[in-house]
Amino acid sequence: MVQNTEKTSFIALEGVGKSYLQPNGQTISIIENINCQLQVGEIIALLGPSGSGKSTLMRMIAGLIPPSSGKVLYYNRPLMGLNPGVAIVFQNFALYPWLTVLENVELGLKAKGEAKDTRIQKALRMIDVIGLDGFENAYPKELSGGMRQRVGFARALAVEPELLCMDEPFSALDVLTAENLRFELLDLWLEKRIPTKSILIVTHGIEEAVTLADRVIVLGRNPGRIRADLPIKLPHYRDRKSPEFQALVDQVYKILTNPDLPDILTQTTATATSPEPKAQPKYQSLPHVRIGSVAGLLELLEGRQDKDLYRIAQELLLEVDDILPIVDASELLELVAITEGDIQLSTIGEKFINCNIDERKAIIRELLQKHIRLVQQICQLLQAKRNHRISEELVLDILENYFTSKEAQRQLRTAMDWGRYAELYSYDEPSGEIFIEESITEAEESE
Amino acid sequence: MYQPTIDPKSEFRSRWGIGDVLLPLAIISLIFIVVQTASKFTGTYDSEYIIDLSLSLLPTYALQTIVRMLAAYGLSLLFSLSYAYVAYRSSTWSKVLIPLLDILQSIPVLSFLPAVVLALVGLFPGQRLGIEIASILLIFTGMTWNMTFSFYQSLSSIPQELIEASQVYRLSPWQRFWTLELPSGVVGLVWNSVMSVAGGWFFLMQTESFTLSNRNFTLPGLGSFLKTAADKGDNWAILWGIVVLIGIITTIDYFIWRPLIAWAEKFKHETVEATQVPESRVLDFFRRSPTMRIISDRLFVPISETFNRGFSSKSQSSPINKYKSSRWMNWFNWILLGLVGFLVLGGTLEAVTLLSKMPLSSWQTVMTGALFTSIRVLIVLILSLLITVPIGVTIGRSPKLAQFLQPIVQIAASVPATALFPILLLGLANIGGGLDIGAVILMTLGSMWYILFNVIAGAQAIPSELFEAARVYKLSPLERWRTLILPGIFPYLVTGIITAVGGAWNASIAGEYIKFQGKVLTTTGLGSTITQASDVGDFPLLLASTIVMSLLVVTTNRLVWRPLYRLAQVKYQLLV
Repeated sequence: MVQNTEKTSFIALEGVGKSYLQPNGQTISIIENINCQLQVGEIIALLGPSGSGKSTLMRMIAGLIPPSSGKVLYYNRPLMGLNPGVAIVFQNFALYPWLTVLENVELGLKAKGEAKDTRIQKALRMIDVIGLDGFENAYPKELSGGMRQRVGFARALAVEPELLCMDEPFSALDVLTAENLRFELLDLWLEKRIPTKSILIVTHGIEEAVTLADRVIVLGRNPGRIRADLPIKLPHYRDRKSPEFQALVDQVYKILTNPDLPDILTQTTATATSPEPKAQPKYQSLPHVRIGSVAGLLELLEGRQDKDLYRIAQELLLEVDDILPIVDASELLELVAITEGDIQLSTIGEKFINCNIDERKAIIRELLQKHIRLVQQICQLLQAKRNHRISEELVLDILENYFTSKEAQRQLRTAMDWGRYAELYSYDEPSGEIFIEESITEAEESE
Repeated sequence: MYQPTIDPKSEFRSRWGIGDVLLPLAIISLIFIVVQTASKFTGTYDSEYIIDLSLSLLPTYALQTIVRMLAAYGLSLLFSLSYAYVAYRSSTWSKVLIPLLDILQSIPVLSFLPAVVLALVGLFPGQRLGIEIASILLIFTGMTWNMTFSFYQSLSSIPQELIEASQVYRLSPWQRFWTLELPSGVVGLVWNSVMSVAGGWFFLMQTESFTLSNRNFTLPGLGSFLKTAADKGDNWAILWGIVVLIGIITTIDYFIWRPLIAWAEKFKHETVEATQVPESRVLDFFRRSPTMRIISDRLFVPISETFNRGFSSKSQSSPINKYKSSRWMNWFNWILLGLVGFLVLGGTLEAVTLLSKMPLSSWQTVMTGALFTSIRVLIVLILSLLITVPIGVTIGRSPKLAQFLQPIVQIAASVPATALFPILLLGLANIGGGLDIGAVILMTLGSMWYILFNVIAGAQAIPSELFEAARVYKLSPLERWRTLILPGIFPYLVTGIITAVGGAWNASIAGEYIKFQGKVLTTTGLGSTITQASDVGDFPLLLASTIVMSLLVVTTNRLVWRPLYRLAQVKYQLLV
């Protein structure tokens, strides 16, 4: 691939942040202080776990959402409204079910006011390039998932955008179709058969990012910030098993699993300030996994020599989004310890594996009450009431000081899951009440 | 895994069937008939008009009724689309419009009668057109509300990604409406149109021949034919009238509703092709007919292209600024809302002055009436549940029965109970028992279909595995009903009950006060009060009873049915 020495930056973000005002007056910030530049002729990957605000960031670049702070610059002018050079490929395809493939693809062209003949010609050409020739008159419900996403691609490319944005485009497809489509896209890009000049792909798959991109921007979460901006200089087509590839993936894992590692800031950050020390949030952000998954991970680690987290994920065919929450949860409960991308069972963790189900529950009960602030709070509230019953709104109100209302709900669900496993309390979903069963209180009182 | 199909539309068929020749002729003659019938709506109004009961006039009467219903439906559709769209796009307006819709939906059709008729008679004094428009407007008030709700709900549940796609690809508002927003509402609109038109038939007799302030307004039509026939006791005429009515309803069902329902399949958000899709020969014919293709290619497509081009976003080079909603748009909104608020206040003041003039005895009538009708509605509800739930579950669980009975049930549901009433009354007269029982029977006939349909759908939706589990664990029939069937159909049941109760209230107006064979049959009740008040022109009484009925419907909706519906959604939703 010819190395373009003169790369023009056409989209730049300066101090961009996004926060939402909650109904209770709190402001929750999703991402803050993003500084980076997108250049022509590159594939850029926005990589991060869920909740890191990468979809939000992409939508700000596309102009769908305005930033709360900072500026998005398009050819050095601040972006007001929709970015005219951007087209989006959506995660769940976003095809209109009542339009044929051809009608879906020519949608953007029709909106531009193009004449019917040229419009159809362009659309047909794009359908051909993307490999759906012959299906012009099919409806989306007749197509498989991979074919539907191809229609999404054809629709985006038909309007000849400068920047093609893709929001987790392969995550709704099965593994084989995703592989296939990924490489077809790469082929088209390398052979310059598609009219777009740059590609921005939002993904939570580390391997996907390293396979495709020339540059990987790693986002952290809580709040979303750029943790690293890694250039990838390997020639296409990249070998997953090559040591350079594996080293890059390892590096990303290290960054993602270690919140204390200093952020690698990008080169062009003249206005960047050093990150202020963040106050420890009052409630830890609970990862949304079940204790069962944590148990499964621990069992896997038993007697295992290779402690490399990346290799474990590979063996399980798990992506970042799937394994990191489980690892996070295990770490929160201090069942494992993570150092430099390597995972190690703690003493309690070793004990946990060798217990039966009741003893395991007892261990978790102890750990929850010792480490998890939210569970401690709920238990305190329950003890304070005579009938040991509280409504979930009480807890949600507290949580909404630190999380958005949707996230607060999810945190509550997770706390309910864990508490029920540990038999700390019970939960009735229709009435939304958290309570302690009579038998448990008696058992506790008799202790 | 998938079967690539070529849409039959694009297949070139050089074979022209006889249908294709008849099609243009049919279209032309239809237009001719409609225009000719509508022209009858003008001219001076003959206030002494008496319906001639000779059977030869039935076709003309039927045609006039059909044109009236058509006009009312067209008006309802336009209204629903506009009202729901405004409420969808503007959050300020939706706060006013949606509660208003709730209230309007609860007002019985006949309460609109005086206002509508007086206004139009004033506008078109002595003209038949005035009364015609009044009649059409009355039918409209019975049709439009559920369609409006349905379209609003469809708009509010458009998936976010589709909206973002329309923004990213810069669809103009015109294009967005035709490409995204209207198609999203088609499925709901089609089903609700079926229900609305059936509702229109229900009040057929009342909307074509009504009394206001002791003045009789009678328009030539099928409804007034049936009413006069019932009044005069001409059983032969009643029978023929009902036969024609059923004939019209069945024809509309086959030629209009079935094709529309089959066509609406195209607009579902389903990701897999359903195994059992509704079919319609008529729709297939239209889709494959070369005549239709030629009309579409030469006529519809060029027109839509010109519109599209005209409305597409002009400035493609500069970014579209969509963040700042214009200041004066906000001002405009507030001024308009202020006007509406002003009107509402003014109206309320007038209403209060009107009501204060009412004597205490009238209020007593209203309250006792409210009590009696409420009890009646409750009895009707229980009766409907007892009848329809077992039948519905049986039909729903047996696919063969369902296939056979569903079209019959659909047609039976469309036949207005009000039309069958004269026959029912004859039967009752022989058995004995006054309108007390008769009103309950009429109200049940008018509302039980909603529950039946929903129960059938609910029973079909229960996965067979749950029934298999019941067999394996040897549940007794009682236990099966208690733990599986009743909870399983609960969400659908609640939906049916909500609609049925509304229908029962509406039916009470038709059923509690009837003129039959020269006699007046009546019973204590709110519906009867409303009809009588409208008859003699006692406007304060009419207003009071309407308000009470409205309040009752809206409060029971909010306090009883909505929470029940939420419970159904939270606890009884089947895991799919």
